[in-house]
Amino acid sequence: MLREDGAPDHGHPHPHPGAHPHPHERRQPSGAGETVTIEQKVLAKNDLLAERNRRWMTDRGVVAVNVMSSPGAGKTTLLERAVTDLGGRRPVAVVEGDQETRLDADRIRRTGCAVVQVNTGAGCHLDAEMMRDALTALSPAEGSLLMVENVGNLVCPALFDLGERSKVVIISVTEGTDKPLKYPYMFAAADLILINKSDLLPYVDFDVEQCVRHARSVNPDVRVLTVSATTGEGLAHWYDWLAEQR
Amino acid sequence: MHELAITQSVVDSVCERAGGRPVRSVRVRVGVLTAVVPDSMRFCFGLVTEGTAAEGAQLEIDQPPGAGRCRTCAVEFTLTDLILLCPCGSADVEITSGQELQIVSMEVG
Ligand SMILES: Nc1nc2c(ncn2[C@@H]2O[C@H](COP(=O)(O)OP(=O)(O)OP(=O)(O)O)[C@@H](O)[C@H]2O)c(=O)[nH]1
Ligand SMILES: [Mg+2]
Ligand SMILES: [Zn+2]
Repeated sequence: MLREDGAPDHGHPHPHPGAHPHPHERRQPSGAGETVTIEQKVLAKNDLLAERNRRWMTDRGVVAVNVMSSPGAGKTTLLERAVTDLGGRRPVAVVEGDQETRLDADRIRRTGCAVVQVNTGAGCHLDAEMMRDALTALSPAEGSLLMVENVGNLVCPALFDLGERSKVVIISVTEGTDKPLKYPYMFAAADLILINKSDLLPYVDFDVEQCVRHARSVNPDVRVLTVSATTGEGLAHWYDWLAEQR
Repeated sequence: MHELAITQSVVDSVCERAGGRPVRSVRVRVGVLTAVVPDSMRFCFGLVTEGTAAEGAQLEIDQPPGAGRCRTCAVEFTLTDLILLCPCGSADVEITSGQELQIVSMEVG
């Protein structure tokens, strides 16, 4: 569904008939009140907006990757490197989600890459409406790779579809091997897991193989790559994976 | 706290459907394998409904248990967490219950 200006159109308060996300209500009187059957997904509205974003991007050959991790795992650092290293191969743009500040967007902007900052305030995750507004503001070029840095948080972002092609979850080696068991929802949702800060492995007691086993116990087929944004180790594999996302 | 955003979605939807009528109770289905904590949701419901047609409404939460079915040996078993491992050793498990996050019904008038 598009507006005249080509932006995805979700400006109206109620989803329209063509894309009704819920069955029509059945009513039955019960005592004084009236029971109304709803049977609708709680996140139906977000899912509908996400589906529109997905269609809008598909029509333009834009592929979005939703990057999630706990605070400080290295999302912005990995994106800074990726936009620099990939910029020549394919148009790249970035959406930066943070509760406050424009610091991460400023870091990306310094690389020369198109970027838009979304501040979620009290919210702890990006949602499909914020993504719609970010797409409108960025207006990414045909065929772009759109990297979305979600708010640093391993719970909430997993629940909210943005319309992305794939979800990447980053864990850094300073966080502990058992993270996938403590935050199973996030790791279960991942298409790719990056184990970052591999340069620090000699100094911490982090067991990469054990972490991979934990991740696969909640997500049997997930791809896992070990990387270091600092030294560049493993980044070529991450770029190959990104190139496959079309 | 995602329960706040989740609960806000519930309250927005029911108030919209109520079309101005007061909402007395809301029934939701929150599977035990979702990351949503019922007590947090109840707490948020009190805050979010303030000043809306659902102010003072009861929130009833049904909690379907977790269940899975093994694609290797077809056995069905209880899941208490997202670790997908059949007693037969296979990890090829389909979750059949516990991931519901739905608004079931409401009482208005
Ligand atoms: N040693 C080492 N440090 C890293 C690596 N990647 C990131 N860092 C450092 O980790 C810190 C946090 O990195 P950021 O990229 O800001 O992390 P983030 O995930 O974007 O953080 P938030 O946006 O606050 O959630 C910075 O000091 C980085 O320099 C790495 O591969 N190795
Ligand atoms: Mg960051
Ligand atoms: Zn089995």
